[in-house]
Amino acid sequence: MADVKNILLVGVGGQGTILVGKILSTGLMDAGYDVKMSEVHGMAQRGGSVSNQVRYGQKVHSPLMGRGEADILISFETMEALRWLEYLNPKGVAVINDYQIPSAPILMGKREYPQGVLEIIKSKVKTTVIKAGEIAESLGNAKSMNIVLFGALVKGMNLTNIDWEAAIRKNVKESTADVNIKAFKAGMEALAE
Amino acid sequence: MKKLLTGNEAVAQGAYEAGLIYAAAYPGTPSTEILENIAEYKKDIIAEWAPNEKVALESVIGASIAGARALAAMKMVGVNVAADPLFSFAYSGVNGGMILVSADDPGLHSSQNEQDNRHYAKFAKIAMVEPSDSQEAKDMVKAAFEISEKYGTPVLFRMTTRVCHSKSLVEIGERKEIDKKPYVKNVQKFDLVPAVSRKLRMELEVRLQELTDFSNETDLNYFEWNEKKVGIIASGVAYQYAQEVFGNTASYLKLGFTYPLPIKKIKQFAAEVETLYVIEELEPYIEEQLNAAGIACVGKAKIPKMGELSPEVIAKALLGKEKTLIEYDGSSVAHRPPVLCAGCPHRGFFYELGKKKNIMISGDIGCYGLGNAPPLNAKDTCICMGGAPSIGHGAQKVFNKADEKMRVVATVGDSTFFHTGMNSLVNIVYNRSNTITCILDNRITGMTGHQDHPGTGFTLQGMPTKALEIADVVKALGIDHIKTVNPLKLAEVQEALDWALALDEPSVIITRWPCVLKKQSVRDKSEFGEYLGTCKVDADACIGCKKCINTGCPALQFNDETKKVKINPVQCVGCEVCLQVCPVTAITRVGE
Repeated sequence: MADVKNILLVGVGGQGTILVGKILSTGLMDAGYDVKMSEVHGMAQRGGSVSNQVRYGQKVHSPLMGRGEADILISFETMEALRWLEYLNPKGVAVINDYQIPSAPILMGKREYPQGVLEIIKSKVKTTVIKAGEIAESLGNAKSMNIVLFGALVKGMNLTNIDWEAAIRKNVKESTADVNIKAFKAGMEALAE
Repeated sequence: MKKLLTGNEAVAQGAYEAGLIYAAAYPGTPSTEILENIAEYKKDIIAEWAPNEKVALESVIGASIAGARALAAMKMVGVNVAADPLFSFAYSGVNGGMILVSADDPGLHSSQNEQDNRHYAKFAKIAMVEPSDSQEAKDMVKAAFEISEKYGTPVLFRMTTRVCHSKSLVEIGERKEIDKKPYVKNVQKFDLVPAVSRKLRMELEVRLQELTDFSNETDLNYFEWNEKKVGIIASGVAYQYAQEVFGNTASYLKLGFTYPLPIKKIKQFAAEVETLYVIEELEPYIEEQLNAAGIACVGKAKIPKMGELSPEVIAKALLGKEKTLIEYDGSSVAHRPPVLCAGCPHRGFFYELGKKKNIMISGDIGCYGLGNAPPLNAKDTCICMGGAPSIGHGAQKVFNKADEKMRVVATVGDSTFFHTGMNSLVNIVYNRSNTITCILDNRITGMTGHQDHPGTGFTLQGMPTKALEIADVVKALGIDHIKTVNPLKLAEVQEALDWALALDEPSVIITRWPCVLKKQSVRDKSEFGEYLGTCKVDADACIGCKKCINTGCPALQFNDETKKVKINPVQCVGCEVCLQVCPVTAITRVGE
């Protein structure tokens, strides 16, 4: 299935990876692709590590990708990028949010937040680091951090010919649509830099 | 029109289109969203949460007997609870078509075991279908109702986590109203006394023979001929994985109708291909039946029977192929386990309970299972839903007989109490053990994402209903010693635990406070008020003793350099549990 593209979104429960997966997959569907998306519910919602896989192409069979297969890894949290790095194709692209959410062992002082995550990843694959939290905040809505990352993803996968503004409007509250579209554009620019 | 749906959404859509009239379930991952989505069709379908899976299935059986198309949904362990009516209703057979959805969880994403419920179809002697994606999930619901009514069999609709929770494209259709079948009293079919069952037992074998013939003929089991060097038999999501790995380099016998198996068709397929692989997730359910029929195949000798399959696992097992991976040292990555939320009402209770010595904590299924993790460490056992009080009772009896100074504290949630915890509590009263039962009433079914239950005052379809008061129920079950406490008030919790430990009779402590994530009802708001403000650490006063950190609240972080604690104001809801444990009153409440 060489024509199938693999996108891996990872982060922490509550960061809005699922919404991005939803906008992404409905947009791809409307553009005529076959799409499969896989996410795991349940325990992961309570602040656990979450992943969301989107696969698209002419015909997609498996909802799951394997390790070494993601064309792009979008990590909503810094440490999570390292946890999921083995899923990235060595020729793929990593887009990492410079945003740390310490996990329970770190909060309790039992473990340290890993040092040099970005340097490790940069030394292995083509990497873009984005301060999506700061960008979102500067646009007036810290919660649209996920959409900033979505913009970077669209650029990174060269999917800019799809009408994403419409897809965003379809999936977010009307009151936040404008700021989310700004966030989306800012994300696209962030990757271009 | 096409929509991107999860398998669960597709089942709901298919059931709606197929003229479903009645559905019931008890929430359980990965099945929960099936009923939540069916419930949206308020005008056409009655959809209900039942207190447990047995009650759900029994209600659905009643609806079928009355003549309606009916569907029950549950996670795989729920089918264990519902097995009693299932096995006997297989003898009766249906009036209106009946489907039991079993959502299995290979890989144990959120379950206590990894059982393969395909065995239930063979065990109970009922038909089984297995969709491999969302379109099939929708189509097979329709097919299953037709099979059910044509042959009289209940149908086991077997899904797995990846089918339930993966999204794929589905063609949406219209609802086709199916006339309810007339109810005709028929004791020779529905009154299972031994004389009737003996006769139905023979009819069941005849039905299975008819279903075997159907299995060999139906398009649900189909060939896909490509190269014949490798032939693959697969069902469910394993078929999609096989396609991913082998594409058109292999031929396929795709099985959608998997009990009874189409042995004739399988023999025909086996005769055409050089090497026959059976690719199935979990147990060698298909493989064993092929072996019994004398059909040579390769299955679990190469493919793992534990955990989830994936294209990666299959490619490695059968072709020895592995992708090149990025090599790196990921050992610095810390675990990120799920935790009780900031402001979770269970935290205060577990903080106090975890301090008690010489107790065994008999836990149960739900968010409060997360009380097991450090630093709370407040759980010894958890076996099955509703089992905490009865498992606790048995242990307590033995401790008492052996004269060990151990006390058992059972913890059970509100929804879990109504599930089967009530029966367990009756046993404690009846057989007189001094087991302490703590009912952690957070006013909702929490872990599965906020479903109503008999104590919340609302039905699945949003109708106001009588809210059972747990304290009244407990009293009626024969418990004489009952205390209701606010779990956010540590002194109250401590006092209640000491009170219960001093009693030599069964007691119940109810901790009553809503889940911090719950959308509060009007009644909740008037009883509990709303969270206001947050807690803040005065850095000058903080002595870095980590007492507050030991509540395990994710809003609190200990800084190794400054040796002080900081509270994340975005996460903090101002529950004040940390404030109460601080020995130097460095934590205060701000922003009310």
